[in-house]
Amino acid sequence: MKLFGSKPPLSAWIGLTIMAVYVLVAVLAPWIAPFSESESVAGTWDPPSATSWLGTDNIGRDLLSRLIYGARMTIAVALATTVLSFLIGTTAGFLAAVGGRAVDLLLSRFVDVMLSIPLLIFALIILSVFGSSIPVLVLTIAALDSTRVFRLARAVAMNITVTEFVEVARLRGEGLWWVMRREILPNAMPPLIAEFGLRYCFNFLFVAGLSFLGLGIQPPLADWGGMVRDNAQAITFGLMAPIWPAIAIAVMTIGVNLVVDWFLSINSRPSGAMAEM
Amino acid sequence: MLKIIFGRLALGVLTLLAVSVLIFAATEVLPGDVASAVLGQGATPETLAVFRKELGLDRPATTRYLEWFWGAVRGDLGVSMTNKRPILEEVAPRFRNTMFLASFAALIAVPLAVGLGIVSAINEGKLVDRTANVLTLMTISVPEFFIAYVLILVFAVQLDWFPSLATVNSDMGLLEKLYVAALPAVTLTLLVTAHMLRMTRASVLSVMSQPYIEMAFLKGMRRTRVIIKHALPNAAGPIITVVALNLAYLIVGVVVIEVVFVYPGIGQLMVDAVSKRDLPVVQACGLIFAGAFIVLNTLADILAILVNPRLRHPR
Repeated sequence: MKLFGSKPPLSAWIGLTIMAVYVLVAVLAPWIAPFSESESVAGTWDPPSATSWLGTDNIGRDLLSRLIYGARMTIAVALATTVLSFLIGTTAGFLAAVGGRAVDLLLSRFVDVMLSIPLLIFALIILSVFGSSIPVLVLTIAALDSTRVFRLARAVAMNITVTEFVEVARLRGEGLWWVMRREILPNAMPPLIAEFGLRYCFNFLFVAGLSFLGLGIQPPLADWGGMVRDNAQAITFGLMAPIWPAIAIAVMTIGVNLVVDWFLSINSRPSGAMAEM
Repeated sequence: MLKIIFGRLALGVLTLLAVSVLIFAATEVLPGDVASAVLGQGATPETLAVFRKELGLDRPATTRYLEWFWGAVRGDLGVSMTNKRPILEEVAPRFRNTMFLASFAALIAVPLAVGLGIVSAINEGKLVDRTANVLTLMTISVPEFFIAYVLILVFAVQLDWFPSLATVNSDMGLLEKLYVAALPAVTLTLLVTAHMLRMTRASVLSVMSQPYIEMAFLKGMRRTRVIIKHALPNAAGPIITVVALNLAYLIVGVVVIEVVFVYPGIGQLMVDAVSKRDLPVVQACGLIFAGAFIVLNTLADILAILVNPRLRHPR
């Protein structure tokens, strides 16, 4: 499927550039931001000026500076969540595939139940119990998200466990862990990497959504979802203040999606054929 | 066929039971307990003991679960921790509001998405199809509140056609309610249309490679007619499933949208309860949302069985 005209590499380049710029901004935030993230520099919702290019927020902080610092929090939390989610999800998924029927049945039924509760609702319940802090946020979303990763990891690993080289490894007397790590993981990499990009987008939007509801990353730390929430009132005066962070979120997701699309297109082998690589 | 449908229904009930256990257990996994978590560091042992008794925490968890679940089945959702009022009183009008908003959005979204999906499939690869593809990709990639605020900025602030806050109340007539809830409903529509459209298009196109479709083309039928007469009936099963799944997503998407538009629905109630850490209300709302989600999913499976005769017999 051709997405944006006839040249997929161009779209992938756009995506990669977006990602690179975001990472650079996040890493270099203290050096490129004109002000600090919690410093009050002018009045409430001042219009854009020479000193603050995007204007100021609800308590007079520079919007551009907060946007730049927000990149750190928002990107890092989503990344930590996705990495953790993949660690849990792929381990459990591979285990279900190679560990025998009983393990598979137990894990799969549990995940089925988890999947029948909407993610957001489950996250809200857990956050109401533990209160919202960054470790709780990362752990909660990772645990919930890993159920989705589990499904893919299990399906991919199932196709690989029936191949001869896995059987040979087992006959050699290799342990479960060794088989999972050395035989299955390398062969399951391409679909997992593509999924990583998609889950990253999802978690990124999810964290932003929770922060927007006031239940994610807490002030005074800058993050984009929370910035939309703080400045939501400004929209009734026709100001762009809540739109900027929302655009930042949207551009990031689109960028990652472009790269994932390209990655899927160069690895577009059916998952059965993947096992033979 | 009845046997399969009953089996699916039983599975739905079983899932609901398991989910209710999970929702209840989520509040039991705290290192201390709910009382100490809510009261925080400053609580004296006395206030803690009183609060525990009030919440019934001095009894075993299984007893409390059974009481809670049996109460919920009979419509008694317990008492709110913050204002001591029965939760049902607070939830019932908000539940009606949420259902109103969700069905309003569904009534626009479903015909729109299925219609456009079929049009895209008929014009595969042409301009209409490619435009729909790019537009839907974009609505999937942006956060819900982004669409909501752009719509507010354009239609409520600059054009001043609609109110930016959707505060409906029971005194309003139907037309007034529809007018006030228009912007949130359109936002929700945009959110679910994208996915439904893509899946409708994909399910229609997936039957296009079948021999009987080729036969229809060879008879000299026009593409539009082949799709509507031959492809569509066979793609109906997956389309119905996707529609039901997206309605389930709608129920969840409603949470964020209600907060944006300050719409007095159950999603906003839940978010408020979470920030106040009012656990009984959170549990009740969670159970309602999960219940709606499971009902729609079960409905999707049953409808798919009814539409597709091949699913009626166990293999």
